[in-house]
Amino acid sequence: MNSYKELQDIAKKIRQLIILMLLRAGSGHPAGSLGLADLFAYLYFKYLDISPKDPKNPNRDLLFLSNGHTCPVLYASLALKGFFSPKTLTDLRKLDSPLEGHPVFGLLPGVENTSGPLGQGLSQAIGSALVHPKKVVCILSDGELQEGQTWEALMFAGNHKLSNLTIIIDRNNIQISNFTENIQPLEPLKSKLESFNLVTYEIDGNDFPQIEEVLKKREIIDKTVVIIANTIAGKGVSFMEGNFEWHGKPLDKEDAKEALAELKT
Amino acid sequence: MKSLKRSTRDAFGKAILALGKKYSNVYVLTADLRDSLRVSDFADALPNQFIECGVAEQNMVGISAGLALRGKVPFATSFGVFSPGRTWDQLRVSVCLSNLNVNIIGGHGGLSNYKDGASHQALEDIAITRVLPNLKVVVPCDYNQTIKTVLSAYTDKSPWYIRLSATKTSDITLETQKFEIGKAQLLREGTSLTIASYGPLLENILNVAKKFGNKVEVLNFHTLKPLDEESLLQSVLKTRRILVIEEHQIIGGLGSAVASALGQKFTKKFKLKILGVPDTFSHSARSLEALYQKFGFDEDSLYHSIKSFLEK
Repeated sequence: MNSYKELQDIAKKIRQLIILMLLRAGSGHPAGSLGLADLFAYLYFKYLDISPKDPKNPNRDLLFLSNGHTCPVLYASLALKGFFSPKTLTDLRKLDSPLEGHPVFGLLPGVENTSGPLGQGLSQAIGSALVHPKKVVCILSDGELQEGQTWEALMFAGNHKLSNLTIIIDRNNIQISNFTENIQPLEPLKSKLESFNLVTYEIDGNDFPQIEEVLKKREIIDKTVVIIANTIAGKGVSFMEGNFEWHGKPLDKEDAKEALAELKT
Repeated sequence: MKSLKRSTRDAFGKAILALGKKYSNVYVLTADLRDSLRVSDFADALPNQFIECGVAEQNMVGISAGLALRGKVPFATSFGVFSPGRTWDQLRVSVCLSNLNVNIIGGHGGLSNYKDGASHQALEDIAITRVLPNLKVVVPCDYNQTIKTVLSAYTDKSPWYIRLSATKTSDITLETQKFEIGKAQLLREGTSLTIASYGPLLENILNVAKKFGNKVEVLNFHTLKPLDEESLLQSVLKTRRILVIEEHQIIGGLGSAVASALGQKFTKKFKLKILGVPDTFSHSARSLEALYQKFGFDEDSLYHSIKSFLEK
């Protein structure tokens, strides 16, 4: 099920929804959300064993989002998957809506953890992976690798060899003020991670065949695996692509119109 | 009541081992302080329910949240100065905002680590935890009360901060004494002055209170949050004088909670005094008694504080 073509269509739909949500909310984080759309399409529509009909099934796979500011991509994916109505997406950041500006556990079906302040998601994912019978995927941003807690957690993960835990780092090279390498360089990232005893792969995170291949490889590895997913911040909207200024900049009507026009083609 | 001198951390070690043997979803985590928090026996007896996190308290609290998300009941142990001291953000976001059944165990509360000095004495932990929504804040005063606290923390589904102490006291409460979370405990009835306190300091307070006959009432606010405002108002209605005594900064502790409650809800005249650590760091000392004398918590100082307040 779900050929690459179908996944591309889903990713495009996710991107359109992200634009609409952020336009309506009047604030939020477009670049990271758009860049992650392909990964989320693959994870939610081909990889994770989850069902919106039974969102609390104890034997479901789990996705932890650590970089909570990219929650528009999570909300859009969950809605398209059927966890709640896509109509509610435009309530993002509205008072008393369950679509908080950063995700809060317990408000929406399918949201597995609370996040926002960076660096906290991986520890939570590890705590669950230690006792969970199924797969646990944790999405991290590259910027939050500057947080000390992330490295406490990576050290723990390397030590405990959690075969059910896959860490995906969204390597889009941007953070709020500038490029990561201009703020606090992360490179050489792969060798840093490997030195923490983590099996590390690097892929193009906007390429479905590469996503599929690395996740298949991951299945036979009996340790925690880290995937550095090189993505393009703002992917799909040319004037946002690779531009750190769109990390947390709201869209106005003209921006949204232009973005949606590009996403239709 | 004369008995063996024991600490609340000793009781914690015993209680958590029994709880872990009874319920397989009880987990203990530590950040390289298993002996200090008395969980070495737990680690030996129940290795599959024990997680050593190394000196990484923030990760420990996050892992605890992840365990609680899967229905486990974690007790994350460290010194209070480290957790909740340096884990406040993890406690706020990963635990309290998700409203998870995570229990933060902060050892060496108050001045009980008199030896290691200012950096290791938890005198601000109540202030920083009291403000967090969903969190219960509990400080058991003695061995018996700690045993009951641990069981209640397991049963109650909300997050808890439990401050423990290394200070050894005689039994202040009886094994059979009623203990209810969120309900202050009347330890001594009196007519003219209410003393509100918590923790092992109550031993000195009770020893001194009895010297004033039936004048001094002593309330044990083992639950700092939610505060038992009803018992507070009832007692002050009778005595019109309240002295809060705590091994904590004057700012932000029980005294602040009491002042806030009385200021907003008590309409008659009353006098309030808070005896705590006056916006300063403490120091290393060779004995707890030396620090108690410095801050006015020794029995002689307490006697004079109570006497002068009664005469006001």
